[in-house]
Amino acid sequence: MLDDICLGFVLLGITAYAVFGSADFGAGFWDLTAGGAHRGGRLRGMVQRSMSPVWEANHVWLIFVLVILWTAFPVVFGSIFSTLSIPLFLAAIGIIFRGTAFALRGQAATIKEARVLGAVFALSSVLIPFFLGAAIGGVASGRVPVGNAAGDLVSSWLNPTSALIGVVGVLSGAYLAAVYLAGDSERAGLPDLVRAFRARALGAGVATGAAALAGLLVLRSDARDLYDGLTSGGGLALVLVSGACGLATLALVYRERFGLARVTAAGAVAAVVVGWVIAQSPYVLPGEVKLEQAAASDATLSAVVVGVAAGMVVLVPSLWWLYRLVLQGRLDQEYEPLDQRFHT
Amino acid sequence: MVFAQQVVETLSGGGPNSDTVLARQMQALSFAVHIPIVCFGIAFPAMFLFVEGLHLRTGNPTYKALAKRWSKVALILFAVGVVTGTILSFEFGLLWPEFMATFGEVFGIAFGLEGISFFVEAIFIAIYVYGWDRLSPRVHFLTGVPVVISGFAGSFNVIAVNGWMNNPEGFDVVDGKVVNPQPWDALINTNMWHEVIHMYLAGYIVAGFIVAGVYAYAWLRGRRDHYHRTALVVTLAFASLAAPVQVVVGDWAGRSVAKHQPVKLAAFEGLHETQAGAPFTVAGIVEIPKLLSILARHDPNATVVGLDSVPAEDRPPVTIVRISFQTMVGIGTGLALLGTVFFVTWLRRRRLPRSPWFYRAVMAAGPLAFVALIAGWVTTEVGRQPWIVYRHMRTEQAVTAVDGLAVGYAFLVVVYVGLGAAVYWLLRRLSRRPEVT
Repeated sequence: MLDDICLGFVLLGITAYAVFGSADFGAGFWDLTAGGAHRGGRLRGMVQRSMSPVWEANHVWLIFVLVILWTAFPVVFGSIFSTLSIPLFLAAIGIIFRGTAFALRGQAATIKEARVLGAVFALSSVLIPFFLGAAIGGVASGRVPVGNAAGDLVSSWLNPTSALIGVVGVLSGAYLAAVYLAGDSERAGLPDLVRAFRARALGAGVATGAAALAGLLVLRSDARDLYDGLTSGGGLALVLVSGACGLATLALVYRERFGLARVTAAGAVAAVVVGWVIAQSPYVLPGEVKLEQAAASDATLSAVVVGVAAGMVVLVPSLWWLYRLVLQGRLDQEYEPLDQRFHT
Repeated sequence: MVFAQQVVETLSGGGPNSDTVLARQMQALSFAVHIPIVCFGIAFPAMFLFVEGLHLRTGNPTYKALAKRWSKVALILFAVGVVTGTILSFEFGLLWPEFMATFGEVFGIAFGLEGISFFVEAIFIAIYVYGWDRLSPRVHFLTGVPVVISGFAGSFNVIAVNGWMNNPEGFDVVDGKVVNPQPWDALINTNMWHEVIHMYLAGYIVAGFIVAGVYAYAWLRGRRDHYHRTALVVTLAFASLAAPVQVVVGDWAGRSVAKHQPVKLAAFEGLHETQAGAPFTVAGIVEIPKLLSILARHDPNATVVGLDSVPAEDRPPVTIVRISFQTMVGIGTGLALLGTVFFVTWLRRRRLPRSPWFYRAVMAAGPLAFVALIAGWVTTEVGRQPWIVYRHMRTEQAVTAVDGLAVGYAFLVVVYVGLGAAVYWLLRRLSRRPEVT
């Protein structure tokens, strides 16, 4: 029971990170592909403005996942971080680059500085979700055995499932980001940006859906247990929910109902994450460790439950207030294209 | 890549334990980058909130301009703290998987609580900084309060874990296995209070003197308006209050180390043999009889345990610990004196000191405080060696089995050098911008 609750916390953290954090990476994706300094300046300005007040809070979900994992499932944490050390280290380096470049580029005074910082921010925004996705692929396809670096350091993350989840991670972030950014642009009264992000949302939504469907074939040959879990019972139900949410989002975006599309887009991503965990249950590390074997002692688990529950009492209203202020536009800064100051 | 690995292996001495040494150096490097930012996380919000409070009371726009400026700097430092803190939590797993797998269930809860405080801090610092002129002045001020509290709560939890590593409790060992964890006992451990307070004061000293140094430089160049004067007085007041108190807390910490980690204390002073009435050597030259016994036990004839009380393989690297300890104590004493000069002048004359040497000293005090901070952490962390969990797990038992740490280390050094350069560049640019109200 306690172990289920703690697994639920991990799931909550991963889902929230996939819904909020990955959208920030997706915003970086659109920044990367926005085009030349002049043409892309307007899109980049919107990315900068939308991400600024929330990206740090969104990022903390990752920390949340790590600390719950190492407290409630310490052996799993040690096994994952040693065997998958390469993609996780690369993701960590990317996180340094991404956060710093983003925080600094608002201060750039010349077009050259802005280009370098922008490129670092945008490139690492694509690499981080890929490497994190690849690490998840290693876990999901049963390539992480118990022990200190007991698995293969390379094939544990350079394999079809990892590549698939890495790519889907990048695409779904881009899709979420485009939906959110279209909504933000509408609120800011910038119809050209609404059109631009709407088109991107539709494109990325179709691409993500296609990649996910094609991915089922990859899983069928590379990670049969996961495939079976996702195509039967609860796993299948959530895959269908995700697909339905994805289609609903496309329809809503097409009709420019961005507020509701935000919810369904997030639902599509969240359903896949929950589906994955159901598909590999009762295993935490597939083929290796089941939940009750992986869990720490009851004293620790109950401490985690008490600690997180107490924390949520503070956290939930705080987060709610932050997002409300953001969605009401009360923290909005004045919109400016990111290249504006270089024209004078 | 291979070349880089060879260079680093040569530098670290190679040998069978070189992986442990490399992993320790990577972790130490990452801490050295993160800890000064933590100081700002602890102390800076209290400072800008205090200045905003002055604005609310007086309506003077200078105070608002100053608080706004500081809060923007705080947000950038927070962003850098977010990413450098993330690296630390990754490294726990990447470098020390055995430590985490064995003891995660004992001390992990502290990080759970830290994660929550970090979350609260991230939410409210964003609302605070982006909420200037958008929330009512009173509500805006109140949104700063959780930033101050969570800055404290976060460091409290992390330092509690460090206290636990130095004096582990809250679990049993049966047949070599860690069982029966009591996470709350591990969290509230005997080392926690003095370590937390020592670090908390260090935060005020480091952040206070570094920021004061910037304004002292401006002061010397003739910028002595109300804005600069306020900035100087506020930062100096915080740092100067903390610095003398730190001497007392340091004494408390030292006595606790003498009691719980006598070999570490022996390393502070390079005391080889256990002896009564042990002397203290200042700066490696002047020997003062019985002073170490007085400092460690508050008794001139007390017996102080020497390094010879344990076999050689259980002793920390004495030279590093000793030099670091002396550096910290020396600088800390100097900063306490500087703080006292400020306070005496302020209380008796109601003005700032006039001598340009005072301002030059303040400019030097920031970097020196940073050196003392790092030296203090080296003292306690290297002094804990060869243990990662004191007397329960050796550092080399905790390290990852992955090869090629040298490559990762070289990579990390390059990244941090770039990061340091970028942040320096940005803060310089910010400090050159005109003030806006």
